[in-house]
Amino acid sequence: MKILVCISNVPDTTTKIKFNEGDTSIDTAGIQWVINPWDELSLTRALELKDDQSSGIKSVTVAHVGPATSEPTIRKALAIGADDAIRINSESSDAFFVAAQLAEVIKKEQFDIIFCGIESSDYNGSLVGGMIAEFLNIPSVSAVSDITIENGNPVIIREIDGGKEVISISVPFVAIVQKGIAKEPRIAAMRGIMMARTKPLKLFEPLPFESLTEIDVLEKPPKREACKFIDAENPGQLIVLLQNEAKII
Amino acid sequence: MSVLVYTENWDGKFKKLTFELVSYASEVAKMFNTSATALSIGKINESELKKLGDYGAGKIINIDNELLTTLDSQAYSYVISDIALKENASVIVISNNNTGKAIAPRLSVRLKAGVGSGVNKLPLKTSPFTVHKKTYSGNAFAHVIIKSDIRILTLTQNSFELIKTPNNASIEKADVTIDSSLVNTKVRDVMKQAGKILLTDADIVVSGGRGMKSPDNWVPLVELAEAMGGATACSRPVSDEGWRPHEEHTGQTGKIIAPNLYIAVGISGATQHLAGVSASKYIVAINNDKDAPIFEAAQYGIVGDAMKILPKLVEAVKNRK
Repeated sequence: MKILVCISNVPDTTTKIKFNEGDTSIDTAGIQWVINPWDELSLTRALELKDDQSSGIKSVTVAHVGPATSEPTIRKALAIGADDAIRINSESSDAFFVAAQLAEVIKKEQFDIIFCGIESSDYNGSLVGGMIAEFLNIPSVSAVSDITIENGNPVIIREIDGGKEVISISVPFVAIVQKGIAKEPRIAAMRGIMMARTKPLKLFEPLPFESLTEIDVLEKPPKREACKFIDAENPGQLIVLLQNEAKII
Repeated sequence: MSVLVYTENWDGKFKKLTFELVSYASEVAKMFNTSATALSIGKINESELKKLGDYGAGKIINIDNELLTTLDSQAYSYVISDIALKENASVIVISNNNTGKAIAPRLSVRLKAGVGSGVNKLPLKTSPFTVHKKTYSGNAFAHVIIKSDIRILTLTQNSFELIKTPNNASIEKADVTIDSSLVNTKVRDVMKQAGKILLTDADIVVSGGRGMKSPDNWVPLVELAEAMGGATACSRPVSDEGWRPHEEHTGQTGKIIAPNLYIAVGISGATQHLAGVSASKYIVAINNDKDAPIFEAAQYGIVGDAMKILPKLVEAVKNRK
């Protein structure tokens, strides 16, 4: 079986977000780009499955929609252990556009399990995974926190309100992955970094799909009022304020 | 045209979040001079369905089909898109919870409908249709234009108030023919914890971080949560250490919550943590480090030893009038 992990290239979480003039995009100067945290966990789990020979997973490929400037992030995924990579050479205009591009490549290259992170930390859309599945007309399972292969068949844990479900499903399908899928993201070792330079990276040109949404303008979150401090000797005052001033208890 | 709202139920019952969604959908419908139609899937009795009318739904559609007993995103989006087309919906409203995240993207492709995901207020404009949503994990907000004729909005939980506008809604039992090839999610087993207030549903959340120093110190924190009728949560290091279960981890990669009140105890307030809780209406910080960044996000703060402060808070809550 072949696994595809879709990866998104996002600003490191600790980045202080600044906007370009006109507030329609972010100022990318000085931003450290990383693999979207959920995608990184998906990649880690995909590699763990491949490491276990009984799983029948033969290869792990990563795919990304982005311009050449996102190649360092793709190389990082290869350094962590992916066998090869696909880049669709386009800016990502919206989730519908990105998913349509990825679905086309998946049709050509054929994968059994497609991993997508449940959201990206930049746009927070939670859309691409489910969209790919619908474009391909294959099943998708969302909020996946574990996946194992039993006798060649995937078994999934899905998070539901106040609990979990054990789900069996047949390939091909899209697993939309959340926290818990892997404990810690796998880190690239020196050998991996050396090998990543020569691993295959296939380039596809984008197809003319449309986008359904666009960002009109960005704005900063509203400033919160300054913190009101309560004397540690008299914490009961907090409860009084929550009741009479904030009126939330 | 109409506004369709998908009203999820839990064992035949609705939750506050359902009524919030219907209130929201009804207000969106007003912007288009129409009314909201609610769609519920599963076995729900009539008196429960009628409650949706209290929040402005003009019509309630119920589909009960044995192929839809557990969530299969492919089958569900097939059914919802079918009803959306029959009802001539120009806006579809769904929760931004796990169910909504599973269904909305598939619906989007089926209907070629743009999605405003995680919207947190009413659309800013109907032409061009513009919504307000969180981006960069809470470090920015975006005004997003949805260009398609049908738009899907997934609403952030607890971001809209309940609005009672009683409507004598009609209830319609609808049936759909579903090809069994669309149902591929086979649930083998369900594990549920009963009786606890769910973190994502809680109005009040008391959360502990590494500053709590030891899992044994959680007793007064849990007591405070219980006294306030809230749920407990924790920061990532705490769940990674195994001091508290993973389900309690709130933060960027854990649960993203928006309670009315979030009390952070011994949590320094790293960006990743704030990304999961910044939508809370009020944040209270209790920390012995007066320079901890959590105080910048908080409206109320106490600088001091949590182990001395928590028991006094429990007492104050119990004695309050």
